[in-house]
Amino acid sequence: MGRYFAIRIGRAALTIVLVVTFAFVVLRLSGDPALMILGPEAPPEVLAAFRKAWGLDDPIWFQYLDYFGAIAKGELGRSMRDGRPAIELVLERIPATLALTLPAFFFKVALGVPAGIYAALHRGSAIDRAVMMTAVAGFTVPSFVLALLLVLVFAVQLGWLPSGGQDSWRHAILPIATLSLGGAAVLARFTRSAMLEVLGQPYIRTASAKGVPWRRVVTSHALPNAAIPTVTILGFMVGTLIAGAVVVESVFAWPGVGRLLVVAVANRDLAVVQCILLLVAMTMVTSNLIVDFLYGFLDPRLRSKGAHA
Amino acid sequence: MPQLVSIAGLSVAFSGVPVLRGVDLTLEKGEALGLVGESGSGKSVTWLGALGLLPRHAQVSGSVRLEGREILGASAAELDRVRGGRIAMIFQDPASALNPVLTIRKQLCEALALHRDLQGNAVKAEARRLLDLVGIPDAARRLEAYPHEFSGGQVQRIMIAMALAGNPDLLIADEPTTALDATIQAQILELLSTVRRELGMAMVLISHDLGVVAENCDRVAVMYAGRIVEQAPSNQLFADPVHPYAQGLIGALPPLDGPRRRLVAIPGTVPDPAHMPSGCAFAPRCTLAAEPCGLAAPSLAPIAADRSVACIRAEASRRALLGVAAE
Repeated sequence: MGRYFAIRIGRAALTIVLVVTFAFVVLRLSGDPALMILGPEAPPEVLAAFRKAWGLDDPIWFQYLDYFGAIAKGELGRSMRDGRPAIELVLERIPATLALTLPAFFFKVALGVPAGIYAALHRGSAIDRAVMMTAVAGFTVPSFVLALLLVLVFAVQLGWLPSGGQDSWRHAILPIATLSLGGAAVLARFTRSAMLEVLGQPYIRTASAKGVPWRRVVTSHALPNAAIPTVTILGFMVGTLIAGAVVVESVFAWPGVGRLLVVAVANRDLAVVQCILLLVAMTMVTSNLIVDFLYGFLDPRLRSKGAHA
Repeated sequence: MPQLVSIAGLSVAFSGVPVLRGVDLTLEKGEALGLVGESGSGKSVTWLGALGLLPRHAQVSGSVRLEGREILGASAAELDRVRGGRIAMIFQDPASALNPVLTIRKQLCEALALHRDLQGNAVKAEARRLLDLVGIPDAARRLEAYPHEFSGGQVQRIMIAMALAGNPDLLIADEPTTALDATIQAQILELLSTVRRELGMAMVLISHDLGVVAENCDRVAVMYAGRIVEQAPSNQLFADPVHPYAQGLIGALPPLDGPRRRLVAIPGTVPDPAHMPSGCAFAPRCTLAAEPCGLAAPSLAPIAADRSVACIRAEASRRALLGVAAE
């Protein structure tokens, strides 16, 4: 068990290093922050001074080592726009993002999992087909289209809800709905297929053959097995809590981490972008670790494999 | 002996395609019946259908009586009492027949709690006794293990223990040894016949292995394409099969003594259930088939006190076997 996790933690750390490296290289190859922030009309000596001040004219490998040295000391750099520590800028946006993604996560699970289970148990019924159609729609319609559709109906046509901003809880309803519907659809499809797979297994027939009532077959024999693949997709969803709302925040003018990321990328505000990506990589990796741990908890076969490995 | 189960006209169709086409079968208390036939002949479907264990899209019709009481189409609650409590079933692939995420104790005690009036510690004690009975050593500790921690043969033993948990009158063993090594096969069959003798339980042994059936069963029913084509006491069937298909099956067995001879295969293949030949389903492969065979499917008719066969050429077939010129 200990080794099972040691290997996974090592892999997680490697993943974070790779993500940060990739972001570092791509950002530096894709545009000059000095030009982006100061504008093309800025005099050359001002641009040169800016580059020198931020170390942008050093060789890239030097900048890279410098960057990792700073991270090791816990420094994530400063925003090139206003000079504030990048981490501060990011942290102050996190509550706004969580205000959308946490309720959305709750609704995804509360809607998606029961819908998937119900559809699997009533395979081929009208409700199954309705759930699956909704799920495919939710799966294929991009979130910005869904967001605009919701705005069109509930803000423009009906006038019930505001179309953007962050002034009251009512402003959060449409963004949360947009995030929830898509996620619930994915989860419903996933849960349904996991459930169908499990219901076709011989041990389900064994349970019925020994006289276990159907309801109990579902709750104590099928669900614990179907939970194993479903946890994978749930883990992925936890991983997107911090930065999974980039599109939705942009559409609804919600001042969260996602919008900060869009603005920072556009401005090549390197430290801020890197700080966000580091945070995203860390949440992703952490949620994957939690999923691995849950696997061990849910599936005794993995537990003993880990112990013997 | 009184009849335990009587099946009459049992038919099963999957999405309109008939796979079981009117099976009549009776079983006496304590009797061991072998059910043989090729894959797809309907051996397992007969019992899965009788116990309501087929998927919902299967259409099941006919009659299945347990001590005179109709169980086909009975309420879910009544079926749950029959399954495991009166009629238990074990399956072919032990590796996937137990729930991988539940301990043996949970799965065994679940069956005990459902069918026996036991409480608390008595349940666990009984679970230990059952594991002892089927020959799992160190039962107390092994109860806490998961299915993947046992070998295939051990899991089949646990399946048998679980089937015995409800004190059933009948055990359906659906190819119980097919997935196991030859040495383990013999042990499991030995175990089955021991517990059957000790508990006075009836057994249906579903198998395509004629040797297994001959050794373990009082009576044999041969199935072909969703029907029973011949029924006889084991020794008589093997000594003197009447239906040409039964003859073919037995002719395909290698002899233990005497000179080596070429094994005779039955020509052709099992008909596709969606395109059954009219008349006798075996006629297209039968060397004795005559014109009337294609007209109507023969019904199972008695040819002796305890034997019946579904073949209009039964007499000719018998003479052919005895080496007498046909007609």
